[in-house]
Amino acid sequence: MLTYTLRRIPMAIPSLLFISLVIFLLLELSPGDPLGSVPLTVPPEVKEKMREALGLGQAWYIRYFLWLKQFFWIEPMHWFDATFGTAIVEGQQRIISFQSRVPVFDVIAQRIPQTLTVVGFSYLVGVLIAIPIGIISAYKQYSWFDQLGTFLSMVGFSMPTFFTGVVLIIIFAVNLQWFPSVYDTTLRVTDWASFWKQVRQMVMPVTVLALYNAAQISRFMRASMLDNLRQDYVRTARAKGLSEKTVVLKHVLRNSLIPVVTVIALGLPAVFGGAIITEQVFRVNGLGQLLISAIQANDIPMVLTLTFIFAILIVVFTLIADLLYGILDPRIRYD
Amino acid sequence: MTDPVTPSNAAARAAEPARDTAELIRETASNAVSPAASTLPPDDPVSASPGTPATRSQWRDVWAQFRSHRGAMIALVLFVLILLFVLVGPWVWQVDATFVDIRARNKGPSWAHPLGTDQLGRDTLARLMAGGKTSIAVGLTAMIIAVTLGSLIGILAGFYRRLDAPLSRLIELFLALPLLPLLLLMVTLFREPLAKNLGAGLGTFLLIVVAIGATSWMQAARIVRGDVLGLKEREFILAARSIGTPNRRMVLRHILPNVLSPIMVAATLGIASAIITESALSFLGLGFPPDFPTWGRLLFDAIPQMQTYPMRVILPGALISLTVLTVNYIGDGLRDAMDPRIRGR
Repeated sequence: MLTYTLRRIPMAIPSLLFISLVIFLLLELSPGDPLGSVPLTVPPEVKEKMREALGLGQAWYIRYFLWLKQFFWIEPMHWFDATFGTAIVEGQQRIISFQSRVPVFDVIAQRIPQTLTVVGFSYLVGVLIAIPIGIISAYKQYSWFDQLGTFLSMVGFSMPTFFTGVVLIIIFAVNLQWFPSVYDTTLRVTDWASFWKQVRQMVMPVTVLALYNAAQISRFMRASMLDNLRQDYVRTARAKGLSEKTVVLKHVLRNSLIPVVTVIALGLPAVFGGAIITEQVFRVNGLGQLLISAIQANDIPMVLTLTFIFAILIVVFTLIADLLYGILDPRIRYD
Repeated sequence: MTDPVTPSNAAARAAEPARDTAELIRETASNAVSPAASTLPPDDPVSASPGTPATRSQWRDVWAQFRSHRGAMIALVLFVLILLFVLVGPWVWQVDATFVDIRARNKGPSWAHPLGTDQLGRDTLARLMAGGKTSIAVGLTAMIIAVTLGSLIGILAGFYRRLDAPLSRLIELFLALPLLPLLLLMVTLFREPLAKNLGAGLGTFLLIVVAIGATSWMQAARIVRGDVLGLKEREFILAARSIGTPNRRMVLRHILPNVLSPIMVAATLGIASAIITESALSFLGLGFPPDFPTWGRLLFDAIPQMQTYPMRVILPGALISLTVLTVNYIGDGLRDAMDPRIRGR
């Protein structure tokens, strides 16, 4: 297991480097100019100086390696310095956003909590809804509950989050006025009143994302339960005289959860991507909103760094899913 | 298990899902009682059965099984209705979707405008028809690109052992790409130059279709590769190889027809995800230009007025959801119908 992990990690590095190169070249090929919004009255020689100040004067490969160095060495070391009071990378250039002239990672650190509270919580809620639904649907296959559950998960799967979000806003924010339609990120939870406010503003975005995720995961859960319910060991367990509850909730459920756990791990980075839309609907200024505003402003360092972070998340969670599968299922041997 | 095994009910058994003893009985019975049946490849047990004439084709069986899937049939009818609405609708309701009539703006439903008009006085019904045409066209074209690319790479990776490792690595790399951010990036960066060269509508259409196609072929490629790897071990491939079939004909005549069913299922589900992706791009304001209606764009344009005119948001959104839902159900029914283990039950 350990050797497998150690073998997998170096394999992930070339693919991450390749992905970063693809993103970099895509941005490089783009005809957009980060100085496009500079007024025409600015003389060309000043514009040239501004270009150099942004680090755009050099050849692309030099800038690519510079960015790699900044991402993998200076930024982690800066964090190390800040934590332990050392001065390893003192005074070295960090990745700076074109748009706000602030280190990219500082902006990202500001935005992560919003994304994590909304997206992370909704994923949790989605999983908690999906697993019982999947269990009951599979146990009572073709019952009315199963038919309804399958239909609803099909609907949940087919309705794009921007549509469910907008419908919820129309019903609950505009007509009933139960919840606010805009997520207020400046809200600090200090007492019960502000906590209640936070809960109310989280209800709709969390519902939208949770339903979407629950629709997918419950289908996996149902299929996995169905596979296991037909196995011989279930008959053996029943023949031993175990109660139905023990058979289903201990024997079958544990085995069925193995593939579902990996699906959940694999879906986690995709949720960050899908949350881009939900964040836009409810005006949550998290990572997704940051990415869109950076793309629109041609803020190359920000877009590059953010997209690469998404890629790292995908690679890391794929690795985690593979390892989890090996840990949970002793029949799988990687060596 | 007690009934006597006659050729006809052995043939009926053949279509049953794999069940230990029934399987055994069927195999021995069909070999012993009807030698004619065993001369045909056991690839498609139903059409190979002796009781039925040769006119029973595989596709008719697939259709028969598909019809018994109630959800899929309802979905098919609804999808055809949506297609008629989008394709034939503009011939019946001949109002220009882009015609601006400022004096008739924000009108409610009337005989002149059955679904009302928008903030510029454009007819909502005509815009929904035009928008649907673009959305479905994007879905279909992107699916064709994705499935062609996916099948090609899948067959190459599965058939040629030398290409397997690099192509599998390529699939993995593409699966690790953050797709939505990259799509957003591609569309934002290349929209204007392409629109300048090819015209706003065509340029954006090509860009979006190619971008979606190039980022969604991996699932199809993986499924096809797995199936081809399994097929390669089968006897009929060995037989074809032994009579000297060249690789090209091997792929086109023997491999491709056998992986057609997973490809078709992947294609159907691909339409659904392409429609969603296109409307998501339009919803983020990064899709088609404003005078070029698609369902996602109509939804996006209606967001600022959703408090006063909620119908303008709900109609295109409901159409997107309904189309995707029907396509998903059709894909589900196809998957069941194409699976010979379920078919004929």
